[in-house]
Amino acid sequence: MITAERKPMEELTEYVKNHDRILLVGCNECVTVCAAGGRKEVALLASALQMDAMQKGKTLDITEITLERQCDPEYIEELTPHIDQVDAVMSMACGCGVQEIARRFKNTPVFPAVNTKFMGASERQGVWAERCQGCGSCLLGLTGGICPIARCAKRLLNGPCGGSSNGKCEINPDLDCAWQLIWDRLKALGMEKQYEEIIPAKNWVSGRGGGPRKIIREDLAE
Amino acid sequence: MKSESVLEKVLVSGQLAVTSECGPPRGAVPEIIKEKAELLKDYADAVNVTDNQTAMVRMSSFAACVFLKQMGLNPILQMVTRDRNRLAMQSDILGAYAHGIDTMLCLSGDHPHFGDHPEAINVHDLDSIQLIQMVKTMRDEGKFQGGADILNPPKMFIGAAANPFADPFELRVARLSKKINAGVDFIQTQCIYNIDKFEKWMKGVTDRGLHKKVYILAGITPMKSAGMARYMKNKVPGMDVPDEIIKRIADVPQKKQADEGIKICIETIQRLKEVEGVSGFHIMAIEWEQKVPEIIEQAGLLPRPVV
Amino acid sequence: MENFEPVIVAFCCHYCAYTAADMAGSKRLSYPPNVKIVRVPCSGKVDAIHIMKAFEKGADGVYVAGCLEGDCHFKNGNMKVSRRVNYIKKLLDEIGINGDRLEMVMMSAGMGDYFAKKATEITDKIRSLGPNPTKTVLGFAQK
Repeated sequence: MITAERKPMEELTEYVKNHDRILLVGCNECVTVCAAGGRKEVALLASALQMDAMQKGKTLDITEITLERQCDPEYIEELTPHIDQVDAVMSMACGCGVQEIARRFKNTPVFPAVNTKFMGASERQGVWAERCQGCGSCLLGLTGGICPIARCAKRLLNGPCGGSSNGKCEINPDLDCAWQLIWDRLKALGMEKQYEEIIPAKNWVSGRGGGPRKIIREDLAE
Repeated sequence: MKSESVLEKVLVSGQLAVTSECGPPRGAVPEIIKEKAELLKDYADAVNVTDNQTAMVRMSSFAACVFLKQMGLNPILQMVTRDRNRLAMQSDILGAYAHGIDTMLCLSGDHPHFGDHPEAINVHDLDSIQLIQMVKTMRDEGKFQGGADILNPPKMFIGAAANPFADPFELRVARLSKKINAGVDFIQTQCIYNIDKFEKWMKGVTDRGLHKKVYILAGITPMKSAGMARYMKNKVPGMDVPDEIIKRIADVPQKKQADEGIKICIETIQRLKEVEGVSGFHIMAIEWEQKVPEIIEQAGLLPRPVV
Repeated sequence: MENFEPVIVAFCCHYCAYTAADMAGSKRLSYPPNVKIVRVPCSGKVDAIHIMKAFEKGADGVYVAGCLEGDCHFKNGNMKVSRRVNYIKKLLDEIGINGDRLEMVMMSAGMGDYFAKKATEITDKIRSLGPNPTKTVLGFAQK
């Protein structure tokens, strides 16, 4: 999932300081799962914004709505009946959702309520960790199913560096050394030989290096 | 010969090579680099010039190398993949070679987390092994990494680092083998304090015959005090300092600790001279360059060969 | 301000604090009338939004009273809500409503004395903190 965390209240209250009618929009997908921008978080933020405003001598008219997805125009359309009744939209979705709302509604300012963090997985209840950087040409098949781009601090394709110690990364003792994990897994699979194959310099064109990316499925595209 | 490198000539001649290190200043102060170079001039076959070591901004390795070259030393251009992408690294290699710098050391570099710009992005377009491949392609095929031909390709003698003490230990020989397959010519190791463990690693190296494919220079760093020894043990990632070493230094009076550190250094060199596969020594006296001549002399590594 | 009488919402677990409050009553132990009890089937049932809405609607203090550690009728609802309370304390701090206005307390059904003591302590503390700042500007206070 795409993970996110709510921005500091100070930043959020600054965004809406000149707006009284706010459409606060959650998303039912990733940010719901990582407890950053689902229905519950929308309600909490609405209450927090309201209480902040009350201390400044006003009340806000906050409309709470949580869409099935904010990254699809069909769902964004559900905001249309509300948009003329508000001064601003605050989105609790990832950056994709914020931008979709901005694209659809040209005359209403849209503010992000969360910081979009990374593509990750849930390690345990309440803990999410980075797993993928969307490089566009997956090499997990060479690295035992563990991504060195997302999980090595230096994203070494031929690690580990000299700072791996007791299976942990030199920059943070709470962080697993990705290459220790890769090696352990290759060994468990009897694929030690794979380690000695050099992974050549990566072609970053498939990633962000090639500029903003787009996927076009001819059979589906209209 | 792959290059005009003096270090290569010494190593090919079969004599023990000696390299040392000098860290460029944190300012536009050529005098500092020149003073350090002067100390090392007649004692080391080649001198590494670090590249923003520990992720702290310093005068560029390339610029400092030029000063050394002008003074008649043989600088080793260190290059970390942390700060530059493949375009920037290749252009620096061309520039360095044009200034007569013919030896380099390929590293991934310490993470910015440790330095004075922890907010900087780490580039790591390539890793150290891919950097080795790139420099070798430039030299042997006369081509840029992107495939185009180079006018007067830089003939670099290619070095890399190895840390026999990092984890997982069982990978350390395999990783050296990867560097050899990538095209490395010589290796400088992490500072050696745990000689037993180093010998164990070297056994793994010689068992696979890797010492015949690469020149290995054993890394030596003198300890100034028991405090430094403890710091190296506890704070420097990938450093293995046995407790006996710390105790040995701590057991002599404060004033004599530096001398004890030098003594340990010299004993280490003497013992490592006997280890199969050791082709020389890389003596890194961190901000203590004035001690290097003494160590080299007392370790019986003088005079340096003229090649 | 001298006449300030805080409104305090106490979310009390049916299996412990609510029964303890009952016991305090039957033992004629007095505790401040400021404390308004909301009975919940488990302290773990108290959601973050319940706490926020209590403050938004004018509570000067809120506390959640659950079972002693290890005694939750539903395994660990009390421990879950403890963490939730800490999370909301930080949010309250962020919006300028002192997180000290919110508290987690734990007791058993037999601790009627303790219930009365905590209710008094918390009321005194909130009285000293003054009214919920969301009320003072708009003049909602003392309605």
